[in-house]
Amino acid sequence: MKVSRIAVPVAVAGAWMVELLEYAGHLGLLLVQSVGGCFLRPLRVKSIGYELLKIGAQSWFIVSLSLLFVGMVLAFQSAYQMKRLAAEIYIASLVSLSVVREIGPVITALIVAGRVGSAIAAELGTMKVTEQIDALVTLATDPVRYLVVPRLLAAVVALPLLTLWADAVGILGGMLVGTMKLSILPSLYWKMTTLPLVFKDLGSGLLKSLVFAVIICVVSCLEGFRTEGGAEGVGRATTKAVVSSFILIIAADCFFTALFYFVGR
Amino acid sequence: MIEIAGLTKSFNSHQVLDRLSLTVKTGETLVVIGRSGCGKSVLLKHIIGLMKPQEGSIIIDGIDVTKLSGRALDVLRKRFGMLFQGAALFDSLTVWENVGFALHEHTSTEEAAIRERVRECLALVGLEGVEELMPSELSGGMRKRVGLARAIAMNPDIILYDEPTTGVDPIMGDVINDLIIGLRDRMRVTSVVVTHDMASAYKVADRIAMLYNGGIVEVGSPEEIRQSRNPVVQQFIQGKAAGPIQEGLPDRRILSRWRKLPWKSQRNPEEPEV
Ligand SMILES: Nc1ncnc2c1ncn2[C@@H]1O[C@H](COP(=O)(O)OP(=O)(O)O)[C@@H](O)[C@H]1O
Ligand SMILES: [Mg+2]
Repeated sequence: MKVSRIAVPVAVAGAWMVELLEYAGHLGLLLVQSVGGCFLRPLRVKSIGYELLKIGAQSWFIVSLSLLFVGMVLAFQSAYQMKRLAAEIYIASLVSLSVVREIGPVITALIVAGRVGSAIAAELGTMKVTEQIDALVTLATDPVRYLVVPRLLAAVVALPLLTLWADAVGILGGMLVGTMKLSILPSLYWKMTTLPLVFKDLGSGLLKSLVFAVIICVVSCLEGFRTEGGAEGVGRATTKAVVSSFILIIAADCFFTALFYFVGR
Repeated sequence: MIEIAGLTKSFNSHQVLDRLSLTVKTGETLVVIGRSGCGKSVLLKHIIGLMKPQEGSIIIDGIDVTKLSGRALDVLRKRFGMLFQGAALFDSLTVWENVGFALHEHTSTEEAAIRERVRECLALVGLEGVEELMPSELSGGMRKRVGLARAIAMNPDIILYDEPTTGVDPIMGDVINDLIIGLRDRMRVTSVVVTHDMASAYKVADRIAMLYNGGIVEVGSPEEIRQSRNPVVQQFIQGKAAGPIQEGLPDRRILSRWRKLPWKSQRNPEEPEV
């Protein structure tokens, strides 16, 4: 009785740890294989282009809409504080800095994880449960090179581009509020937007989005490959791909923000 | 020659194959029969190296498939064609891209020549004018035949067929039987056919092996199997519910009692009539 009271939670925690380690191992292995595959010829230019267009088409509208509103909200929120100090003009700088360094890359990545990551997991998961992945293997084709590499290359190109676009739309949202509601002169607003921005801000944002793209793609492909158990399994894989991507994106963001804070000063 | 010895495979604690041994001679068609879920597909997946056994070996012309991996396994796989139970067509590709997949991936054949070869393979399985369709636009039987066309496109020397006639109408099923026989006679293809369609088994087989309880219980020519004294084999080939194989069947006592009862008196008298 006494033993089991301790033993059961320990066993559960242990099993959970083992599972987590196993997951990390699979993730690492797929990461190495797919990044390695990016350097092998021939590259499937056609599939890369196709995946690139798909990622762009699936997410640019919802990314634009979200960032427009987030830019506006940021401007309004900072207006509360800045009004008290009679420093509304700094709203422009505040919005542009936070959008370019943080909000743009992170929100874009989360949207793409939800929109594209889930689609990747569902597609590969369906291929797994209908034995299409097995069929690929019997046709002497490596599923990582055939399925993961084109998606990975497309994602690392698409996400930074989408992020640049998202940054621009976010700044526009702030500008709309700043110039129309808080009556700051557009030329002045624009000057205060670009004034504090240095290359490092943009660079760190884009570097983050590159890492997020790798996370989204590798996690979603892994969930697809691990799918088991028919249509229900595909549903589970899709959800898990999005949840795992979200957690890893936020964790990576925290890591990189801290890194840039300590290193880059 | 494919020599399978002591093949053992279990999933978690569920033992599917238990020290299975079987030999397929070069150029022969061996049919493996057995009930659904007895491990026929699992056996085929081991032969082509999609699954690794816990124990045992599968030696194909002197090479142990179970010890191979990576590039060496791919080299061997190019000698194989496999028809999957559910066809496993790539549903993002058209029919002709499916059938010509290996030609496109592994040879430098011109597109026109690939298309020609694809048309030829599709004609062999009785399909015409479906090249540009997507797999989702095909019926189940047509998908199966496209899967078969894909399996033979590279002129393999070993073909694994997983239930080639299941889900295909009986007439088309016989076309497939003739195709399997034709490939053996003309190309000297070594085939392993998994099925529970006994008519097809008798027609295409040089030898028939019955898989039961994780092992091969009997191997022999179709005539020998027909004459088998083994009650397990007899029950299966005659398709009888009564006999030594009872796992997964409803309890016969319940069945016979249920048959005697008139429908009305089965209902609980307390329950209101609907
Ligand atoms: N990937 C797998 N994971 C777990 N169990 C499996 C797997 N593949 C097959 N099995 C189990 O192995 C048994 C045999 O399956 P299979 O070979 O598909 O049967 P069949 O003889 O009908 O082709 C079944 O009980 C099935 O549940
Ligand atoms: Mg099967």
